[in-house]
Amino acid sequence: MTTEIKRRLVVFTCFVVTAVTLIPVVMMVLVAFQSDAESMAAKPSFWPSSWHPENLTRAFDLVPLGKYLLNTIYFAAGTTILETVTAALAAYAFARLNFPGRSWLFGIYLATLMIPSQVTLIPQFVLVAKLHGIDTWPGMILPHAFTAIGVFLLRQFFLGIPRDYEEAARLDGANRWQAFVRVIVPLAVPAIATLAVFKFIGQWNNLLWPLVISNSDATRTASVGLQVFQDTNGTQWNLLLMAATVTTIPLIVLFFLTQRWFVRGITMSGLGGR
Amino acid sequence: MAVDIAPAPPAPAKQAAAPPRRSREALTAWLFILPSLIGFLIFTAGPVVAAGVISLLDWNLFSAPTWAGLRNFARLGPDPTFWSALGNTAYFTLLSVPLTIVVSLLLALLLNQGLRRIAVFRSLLLLPYATITVAVAFVWIWLYIPHDGLVNAVLGWFGISGPAWLISDSWAMPALILMSVWKSFGFGMVVFLAGLQAIPQQLYEAGRVDGTSPWNSFRHITLPMLSPALFFVVVTSVIGSFQVFDQALIMTNGGPGTRTTTLVMYIYRTGFENYDQGYAAAQSLVLFAFIVLITAGQFLFQRRLVHYDN
Repeated sequence: MTTEIKRRLVVFTCFVVTAVTLIPVVMMVLVAFQSDAESMAAKPSFWPSSWHPENLTRAFDLVPLGKYLLNTIYFAAGTTILETVTAALAAYAFARLNFPGRSWLFGIYLATLMIPSQVTLIPQFVLVAKLHGIDTWPGMILPHAFTAIGVFLLRQFFLGIPRDYEEAARLDGANRWQAFVRVIVPLAVPAIATLAVFKFIGQWNNLLWPLVISNSDATRTASVGLQVFQDTNGTQWNLLLMAATVTTIPLIVLFFLTQRWFVRGITMSGLGGR
Repeated sequence: MAVDIAPAPPAPAKQAAAPPRRSREALTAWLFILPSLIGFLIFTAGPVVAAGVISLLDWNLFSAPTWAGLRNFARLGPDPTFWSALGNTAYFTLLSVPLTIVVSLLLALLLNQGLRRIAVFRSLLLLPYATITVAVAFVWIWLYIPHDGLVNAVLGWFGISGPAWLISDSWAMPALILMSVWKSFGFGMVVFLAGLQAIPQQLYEAGRVDGTSPWNSFRHITLPMLSPALFFVVVTSVIGSFQVFDQALIMTNGGPGTRTTTLVMYIYRTGFENYDQGYAAAQSLVLFAFIVLITAGQFLFQRRLVHYDN
């Protein structure tokens, strides 16, 4: 009886908390469908009194939103793929191979974890400018594709994979590369997926770097593009929030499809309470 | 650090012709590291060193830099905007980090009650974290509209007349903090949930046999067992909140006055609006120094408070 009351209380609390939490997200979608007059009225309304799905095409007509989204995908996917591949390779060497200087090199990698990205912002900008990389894809992607966090995360995980598995493959004649590709990587899929998803989300959200480096529609990402939207059109809330909704949807889909992976990944990377 | 103790190669005769095992392994290791290392040296390690050099220069990006010595650092002292930016960032961190942690912990505890369809709530509660910051920053502007925005409308039900949030000297920063807590609690919630699920149930059962109250079992079992996860979230949240930029740029653009100008925003302005690269680099190094100090402080604290089970 008491457990039944407790269960209902928990469900009720979950409902209320979730409902309150989601108000801004629901609001974004609802206002996106309101008429111009309604969305810009002095007294904002929650539910649209008439629905305007054509706001979607209007938003795409007003700014090259499709192009911005495509750019965001290039930027996020490019940095994610490069980071995941190079970090996995390096993490394998740090976790499993012996070489002189391993400890201090890893120490240097770790030390840079604490450096805020703003410290490297200006030198990175200067470097990219010198190499004529402003407003180009290499200039956007490369500076954000090699971070210590990925190497650190994957190394921790690789250390946890029993050596016996790899030694068995080695005894069967596999070289290091084959052992890495056929044994380590398949076992580490959850950790690699965790890194990839967090990296992708982080870069999809990145405002500062694209703001600094991209200065035309050729490379402008959605996060920067939404701002341009506000500047050039005042605050036409319905179209702005329609664009915001469209920009958010791919990220939410990705998040839902992959969240089981990173819940597992975090548990296994040693943060799980014990 | 574990040492590679591979068994002796099965065919020693063939092995003799090949280079010695150790150096061959070292070569393999460098080949594995090289792609990451090249990028790391060019785009992370190099720029860190360069930031140190640039901070000693007067440079507007367009004409040749001139030597400034420590002048850029000396300029920090009498610059009121720098100090208010630092104060704003500290204010933001001091409120947003504890709030985010309490909210994520409470929600993780709620979601850990062994409910069947809990995955639905977990997924929905992760939505704020999954939305794009710039996009929801616009929604929050809308929620904060002074007279009829939803926030003030709700306050009105309780007879409170809410402030003009984003343009109020004293309420603009709390408004940013509230939005940021909303945006970021999901990350801590997931980490805490993972941590909670790893706590062995026997510990609680033993406590129950001894008649321990729920509060005491939370204090003496849950909190100590969760402390590594807690520590991780605190450290990453502090570093993250010292770098707050997006929502402040969109929602208040640093105003009213400089009330919500954060350090990163000031660095961005100095470097890319005033083209004062040397001064911006000096500011970013000071920001770095603060983060190092605070993180080091947390690691010192950790020794006393964090419980590791091995």
